[in-house]
Amino acid sequence: MNWLNLPFSEWSPYLFILLAGGIPTQIWRTLGVFLSRSMDENSEVLKWVKAVATALVAGLIANLVIFPSGGLAVVPLWARVGALMISYVVFLKTRPRLLLAILAGEALLIGATLLYS
Amino acid sequence: MGKAASSSKQPRATLSWFLKGASNVVSLPALILIMSFIGFGALTAEAGLTVWQAMFLGITTWALPSAVLVAGAIINDVPFYATVFAVVLASVRLLPMTMALVPMLKSDKTKLSSLLLSAYFMAVTSWVFAMNRLPEIERENRVPFFLGFALTLAMVVVITLGIAHSLVPNLPVPIAAALIFLTPVYFLLSMTAAARITSEYWAIGFGLVLGPIFHLITPDTDLLWCGLLGGTMSYGLSRLVESRKGA
Repeated sequence: MNWLNLPFSEWSPYLFILLAGGIPTQIWRTLGVFLSRSMDENSEVLKWVKAVATALVAGLIANLVIFPSGGLAVVPLWARVGALMISYVVFLKTRPRLLLAILAGEALLIGATLLYS
Repeated sequence: MGKAASSSKQPRATLSWFLKGASNVVSLPALILIMSFIGFGALTAEAGLTVWQAMFLGITTWALPSAVLVAGAIINDVPFYATVFAVVLASVRLLPMTMALVPMLKSDKTKLSSLLLSAYFMAVTSWVFAMNRLPEIERENRVPFFLGFALTLAMVVVITLGIAHSLVPNLPVPIAAALIFLTPVYFLLSMTAAARITSEYWAIGFGLVLGPIFHLITPDTDLLWCGLLGGTMSYGLSRLVESRKGA
């Protein structure tokens, strides 16, 4: 079972991508279809499932901003969180439009990056 | 006779709803996803993947967190089993998302294969799109409308990824940061826009706070616990408030 321990460089590239990336991702979508196919949209179970999905995506959002990767990691934490908050505040005034809110946050982020990194 | 007439009309109606969905790809959310994949294209170039391998990774996972994990595992020489483990954990979020999407998508006649295809091309952008747009569309048109959007988006994004892989290996820092920041800020705003009931607003708030806390406690399974705890608390709280109102 040595192949389990081998990294990408020792594998057939497409097989590695499919077995380590594609299939482990797709099992959840497949399972989701079979579990929910006979469920009613307005059932209480599904309201709970939707709340779980929403909290989970919100957690992903916060983690992308607070523990960032690549180029965003260079930007100071206060600028990342501040940019997200400014976007949110502008959005509450301009909803349901998104563009102005996103530009406001991006302006703070780019400005802070130019000044402080 | 009426039935024969309606079934001969149906393929054309399906195509027209597919095209309606596809035309929604010319939109802000799709543009944002495309731009975040430009950043990912640069990452796959850094990982040493060929352009075809990068596009294969993008389309077989069709979930940016999974694809980023695999690219990171390639850069850091992570063993196969550990990569599988990380990707399985990072993709659990797709289970409740699919379970919320499918009952909204299906009508009495929807085939299993259409639901599976829809699920494979569902990710956060198309999920938020579905939550926002499907309620206003008649049930029998929802699958073609959703697939039109999701399949076209996937095609455009994967082509962009291929181009970005070749053209932009080294972006200037402020631009790279701005591109990466687009994804969280767009997700947050559009999820708020899509929220319909109290428990969803609370779930957004709880998730934003619990995500980073669980990331510090248990980085491998953080989103799972964040979703279960935050979602259950917001569901429970909204039930409590409703029952108070009712009484």
